[in-house]
This record gives sequence, structure tokens and C-alpha cells, in this order.
Amino acid sequence: MNKTFITLTLLLLSAFSFAQTTLSGIIKDYKGKPIPGASITLRDTYDGATSDSSGRYNFSTPEKGEKILAVTCVGYKPWEQNITLHAGQMPINIMLKENLDELKAVIVTAGSFEASDSKRTTVLNSIDIVTTASANADVTAAIRTLPGTQQVGEKEGLFVRGGSGEEAKIFIDGTLVNNFFFSSVPDIAQRGRFNPFLFKGTVFTSGGYSALYGQALSAALILETVDLPERTSANVGLSTVGLNAGYQKLAKNNKASWGINYNYTNLLPYFAIVPQKPDYFRMPLYHNAETNFRIKTSRTGMLKFYGYFNYNQLGLRNQDIDSSTLKNAFGLYNNNEYANLSYKEVLGRNWKLNIGTSYSHNLDNVNTDLQNQDNENQHIPYYPYFQKAFKVDSRSQLATLKTVLEKRITGISAVRFGGEYLWNKENTDYSNDTVFHALSSYVDNFTALFAETDIYITNDLAAKLGTRYEYSSYLKKSDIVPRASIAYKLGNKGQVSFAYGMFYQKPERNYLLFSNKYLYQKATHYILNYQKLTTEHTFRVEAYYKKYNDLLKTVPDTNNLGYGYAQGIELFWRDKKSLKNFDYWISYSYLDTKRDYLNYPKSMQPNFAATHTASAVVKKFVLNWKTQFNASYTFATGRPYYNLMADGAGKYYIADQGKTVTYNNLSFSVNYLPRLGKKDSKTFIVWVLSATNVLGNKLVYNYNYSADGMNKVAVTPPAGRFYFLGCFISFGIDRTEDVINNNL
Amino acid sequence: MKKTILTVFAIVATVAAFSQSERYTSAMKQNISMLDSALSNGKIIDLSNNFERIANAEKTQWLPYYYASYCTIMDALMREDKKQVDVIADKADSLLTKAQELAGSENSEICVIKSMIATAHMTVNPPARYMKYGKASDNYIEKAKQLDSTNPRPVYLQGQNTFYTPKVFGGGKEKAKPYLEKALAMYTKFVPATDLSPNWGKSGTQWFLSQCD
Repeated sequence: MNKTFITLTLLLLSAFSFAQTTLSGIIKDYKGKPIPGASITLRDTYDGATSDSSGRYNFSTPEKGEKILAVTCVGYKPWEQNITLHAGQMPINIMLKENLDELKAVIVTAGSFEASDSKRTTVLNSIDIVTTASANADVTAAIRTLPGTQQVGEKEGLFVRGGSGEEAKIFIDGTLVNNFFFSSVPDIAQRGRFNPFLFKGTVFTSGGYSALYGQALSAALILETVDLPERTSANVGLSTVGLNAGYQKLAKNNKASWGINYNYTNLLPYFAIVPQKPDYFRMPLYHNAETNFRIKTSRTGMLKFYGYFNYNQLGLRNQDIDSSTLKNAFGLYNNNEYANLSYKEVLGRNWKLNIGTSYSHNLDNVNTDLQNQDNENQHIPYYPYFQKAFKVDSRSQLATLKTVLEKRITGISAVRFGGEYLWNKENTDYSNDTVFHALSSYVDNFTALFAETDIYITNDLAAKLGTRYEYSSYLKKSDIVPRASIAYKLGNKGQVSFAYGMFYQKPERNYLLFSNKYLYQKATHYILNYQKLTTEHTFRVEAYYKKYNDLLKTVPDTNNLGYGYAQGIELFWRDKKSLKNFDYWISYSYLDTKRDYLNYPKSMQPNFAATHTASAVVKKFVLNWKTQFNASYTFATGRPYYNLMADGAGKYYIADQGKTVTYNNLSFSVNYLPRLGKKDSKTFIVWVLSATNVLGNKLVYNYNYSADGMNKVAVTPPAGRFYFLGCFISFGIDRTEDVINNNL
Repeated sequence: MKKTILTVFAIVATVAAFSQSERYTSAMKQNISMLDSALSNGKIIDLSNNFERIANAEKTQWLPYYYASYCTIMDALMREDKKQVDVIADKADSLLTKAQELAGSENSEICVIKSMIATAHMTVNPPARYMKYGKASDNYIEKAKQLDSTNPRPVYLQGQNTFYTPKVFGGGKEKAKPYLEKALAMYTKFVPATDLSPNWGKSGTQWFLSQCD
């Protein structure tokens, strides 16, 4: 009895023993930098400490024997070790391994500008695109204030780093979009078709982009559509160019939504007030309907559909360049349908799936006629007039399917791979006075396979390696290309990155319709970038060299003997914080480029390339007036223009050449939000007033020449300035806080 | 003999159990008493770690996780440099998830912290994130009110949010004052369920009210 009791007492005593152990030490990372705020714990006890600003910790414990010492800290991998506690001092120094995390890790920025609402690499966000003064709510026009782009006003498209407009491709939710812009009208650049509010993320890459994308020699604009709306709402708008109405319904469980929008644009009233240089015999008129549904299929899964239907028509007349008594009439009817269905989901622990499919159909009915002063059609059967009257129906169809699988490997390193299939059918039906329905068409089944890996060696050093295989059934050619980039983070929030890649692109449909005996055209990019990004400022400088091979030549016969290069330096600076409620960015591009392609007689600077281009965009919100003022100014040195004529032997030579005047365009816009701050208000109103080229600078984009080279006419915008006034009302959404937070 | 041993064991077990729960209560009380001072002297991470340590050792109590989450999110909200805010808010969220699992349901106090977590995420990039996180923050305030109409904390958060909203957008001191006054009145009536239950925010309410005049 006694013995037992004594044993038990001893046991109890030892349990309540006051003999303490003091643990202390210093916590550092592998570079020897002390880590403050780390939690040191004796597992399953209350005892522990938090490291101080010099990484030191110190605590006492009455515990005894075998225990686990555990250390955790945000941004570092957890650490633990078995220890045997003994009374007295126990010094233990600890080293923590940095967690490779996306927030701290370096990312490749060479060649790429991201405008997104969530990612930290954001340079512009979607509101920036809408409020850029010169953009008039056109996504690509806002992109044209970034470095690397040209101010080309006579033709739609993004002309990037010495590349033509066809060399930049646009992708929505991962898949290629044909006919992103409204159908071409001679000498007048057309707008993008899609509403900027449709997109939550935009990545503009002016080179060296990922193996997930291909068939673009110069640039890719990658757009990501919005997810579920915040709530059910309706909206109407009325402007100087038309009206619109829409409805978005969010399901009660917040897991699904659908919406419809209709836009009607008619330029008749506007053209009646603001005279246009061409004589519009058929006023530009657009019917545009959109529909969408979005379903959250699980916590991480999302299914999205977007459908677009457009009909538009226009007709305009200009003085004929070869005759003072004749006119040229151009008429266009366009039908365009586009549908995109995408699905993304996280599969299991480390897998992500992205599937996108899209279909587009575009039909252009173009009619050009030669007319007399009474606007009656003329038929003149000799050069150069006989080729000026024709009718052409062009139909394009594109169906795409793309699947990307991503697997996380250790830490944040990942591999991505997948495939893409594009079915493309092109038809034209051409008639003139002597040709009756000349039909041409082709079908291309294009497949691509790609794989890419993001390798994070440390948070400060990352590499992206990729490869892409492509095969075109029509060209019967395949290619396989490497893509590689590397980024290294310097101290002080700066980083350098380098990108290299090879890019192939099929020749344009106009050539493919008549032959498939072509190679892919090829470009090789080398890009070196330095970027310093803080919450207030963005500074970037980028230098690049791009080499073109196998460009299409049309003289003496059509072949792939063209070549060229582009090199340059670009700067970007954005400052949001130095002045209150004042935000601005500045871009500058220097471009040196020459190419020998199409009918060029030699390697020369193309007419879509200016040597120096600079843009400044300024935004200022005046809280008390509930008004935002936006201005943008763009400058570009003159672009070369050429009159290329064929001699008797069919050999081209430069009959005349020159440089256009420098390009200066100052634009303003004002957004007024009268219901701002009225929290109980059920409607939200935005007034928009904008004007481009307010100073009325003479803008000359190019020159057209008569067939004999004697008459030379400047290509200028259809009107000196463009004005816009609109009022947009949404019901059901109070966007007050949205606007507030934009401007805090 | 057998009886004695059993008795002793019973005593030991009781003492151990009692001392365990007393140790928990006293440790919690001590840490809770430091909440206000930790916010002003920069020791909020230390305090969060203390609560998390207790939580991990106890394994069945929701309150230490709740307080650890509260301290963590206060750290996120007070940071000038927004770079780490998302990661810290995610940590607060994971602590709160554990608290909710142990509490068995999403109670009013948990909704209050959820609102604060959403606010912290929003502050990283307000223009882009308002639609998601700003709305979420408001919704959790409403939910917290619904789950416990006597809880002054959601009303206090509402007053605080209004206080920081510029006048021209329908915020400002005058608009905030009624919320803060209402919160203060509710604080004087509010009786926490236990000694350890959440009871913070009164001094903050008084501070904001003093700034309203």
C-alpha cells in the first residue's frame, strides 16, 4: 500500500514539477535573413513563442521528455523536429525554406502585357480599357496606347513591332477568333466587334508568347470572358450612334446566369450633323445581338457560353483616282455569327482542365462600281477601269476545339499540355463584266499539339520551356517550334526576363484560295525585358530582335522568298499614386524594321511602320463633380509610302516614295455619374462625352496613286474629328461602390 | 488496496481534468485581455500564434481558432504594404474554417470575421475586386445580423466601412455616426455567452465615434 502510494505521489509530483526548460534561438531563411513573426510551438502544448524582428525567440516550458518542436510562418515551409527536453537552457537555431508561392515568385514578363482584374502582373485593368480617351470603348484601340503598337488608321488590326495587321491574332477563352474586327472598308480602319465589358482579363503579348498559342508571327491578344454577374440587372443606352438594351439574370442560388443584349447602330443622324469626306449612299447600320449563359458546375468548375450575331451594311463613294469625272462606289453587307463554349475545372489535387470550342461564320457581300457624276454605273472595258467594277461574296467558317491540361508538380512548378484542332473553310464567288461567278474555296484541317512547363528553381528564378507541333492538311506541311523564357528577380522589386521563340503562320486566305504550294511564314523572336512593379508605379523597358523568313512574295510569281527583320526598344511608365485621383501612363517605342515581301522590289521599311511612336494617357477623377476626365495623346513620326509600279518586264520598282506628316492625335473623354453616392437609387447612370483629334491635326495615313502614277491622293480619316455622346442606364445594380473603389 | 488505487486514480484524473480546463480558461483569458494592446503595440501576430497554439493543443475548442483568425485578419487589415495581404487573409480563412467545423455551424461571430476577410482581400485591388469581395463583405455583415440581432460587431463594422467611404459616395462621418451610436448602445446591452466568448469592438466603436465630432 505504502509503496504504491509513494509511487503515485512521485508520479504526481513529477507531473507538477517546476523544473523548466528554456528554448531559445534565431530563425533564418537559407540566405541568412532573419524571419520575424514565425510561430514556434511545442506540439500539443500551449508553450511557444513568436520570433521578433531580428528572428529571435525565447520561451520556457515545464514539459519534459520527447516532444516535437514545430515552426510555421506564412511564406515558408513548415519545419519540425523531435527533441528531448531537459531542464535548463536549450539553444536551437532554425532555418526555414521559402515556400515557392505565386505571389512572391518571379514571372516571365518579356513580351507580355497583362490587363486583368485579379492577377498581380496587371498593368491595365478592364476599366482602364473602357476609360482610355482615344479608345471609344474598343479593346484594341486601348491596346494601341501600349508600347510596340503602331497608329495605323487606314486598316484594322494590331500592327506590332514591324508586323502587319494579319500577324497579330486574337483569342477568346483560349480559342482563335476570326473576323474579330468588322469587315474591311478601303482606307478606313474598322472597330473590334466585341464589347470591352465582356472581358475580365486581357493579355497582350508583343512577342515570345506561350506554346499554347500559334499561327501569329507578331502578337497575340488573349481575352478572357467574365464569369457570373453580381446580380440580376437590366440596362439601356442611347447615344449619338444608336441604342442598346440588355438583361442579365442571375439564378437565386448564385450558381448560374443568362443574358441577352441588343445593339442598334445607325450613323445617319451623326453623319447629318458631322460631315464626312466620303459620300455615304448607304448609311452604316448595325444590328447586333448577343446571348450568354454561365454555370458554376462545382466549387471550381465553370461552363460559359457566348453567342454573337451581327448584320451590318454600308455604302460609300469616293472620287476615282484615275479620272476626274468618275467615282468609285463601295458597298458592303456583312453577316457574322460567333459562338464560344468553354469549360474549366480542377480535377483531383493537382490537375486542371480547360476545354474551349468555338464556331464562327462570316459572310461579306462586297460590290464595287465605277460611277459617273450622276451616280450611274459605268462599264469601261479597258485598264485600269475594267477591274474597278466587281462583286465578290466571301464566306469564312472556322470551328475550333482546344484542350489544355495542367498538372502541378512540386511547389508551383507546373506542366501544361494539350491539343488544338481547327477546321477552316473559305469560299469566294467573284464576278465582273467578263468573269461570271468564279468560285474558289479551300478547307484546312489544322491540328496542333503543345506542351509547356513552368519551372521554379527558387522564388527568384523561373523558366518556361515549351514546344508546339502544327500540321495543316491543306498546306500538307508540319512544323515544330521551341519556345523558352527565363525570369530572374533582382532585389528592389525589379526583375529581368528573356524570351525566345519561333512562330509560324499560314499565308492569308487571299493567297491560299488560289494555291496551296506555300510554306509557313516564319518569325524568330528574342526579347529582353526589365520591369519594376510596385503598387504605385510600373516601369518597363524592353529590347527585341525579330527575324522574318519565308514571307510571301507575289512578284515575279507567288513564293516564300520574302524575308525581313525588326528590332527596337520600348519604354512604359505608369504612375497611379503620385498625384491624388490622378493616373497616367506613357509609352514609347523605337522601331527599326525592313522587309522584302509581296511586291516590294527590295528590302525596305514597310508603310505600316513608324520609327518613333509615343502615347500618353491621363485620367483624373474629380470626386465632388462625380466626373472623370480622360485624355490621351499619341505621336508618331511619319510612315514611309511608296508607289510601286511594274516595268515592261513585270519587275516592280519604286516610282515614287515619301514620308507622311507626323501623326498627332489628342483625344478627350468625360464620364459623368450623376447618381453616384445615392445609395438608395435603383438606377445607375453614366454619361459619356468624347472627342478624338480635338486639335484637328491633319492625319495622313498613306497615299494612293493613280495607275499612271501621276495622281497622288492622301489617305485620311473620313472626318477630322469623331464625337460621341451617350447615356447608359443600368437598373438593379448600384455601382456606386464599384466607382468609389476605382478611385480611392 | 484496489479501492485506494482507484480512488487515487479518480482524484488524479479529476485534478488533471480540472487543471486542464482551468489552464485553458486562464490561458484564454490572459490572451483575450491582450487583444487591444496587441493591436497597438504590433504584437498581433504573436497573439495570433498564441491562440493557434492553444487551438492545436486543445483540438476541440472553436474559440481559440476564432481568436487566432481574428488576430490574423486584423494583421492583414492593418498592413500598409498589400503584397502579403492575400496570403495572410487565406491563413485567417483556414483558421476560421477550423473554428466553424468545431463550432458546428456558421454563427454570427464567424460571419463577422468572414466579412473582415473579404474586406482584406478587397483592399489589395479595390477597383477590380469590389464586385466580388465588397459584396461578399456586405453580405456577411447582413448574415451576422440575421443570426444574432443583438451582436453589436456587424453594426460596428458597418459604421467603420461607412466612416471610410468618401462623403460624395454616400459615406463619411455623419452617415457613419448613427451606425456607431447604435453599435455602442448594443455593446452596453450585449452579454457574451461565456467569459471567453467574443466581446471586442467597444473601444473601437468609441474611438470612431470620437472622430465623428
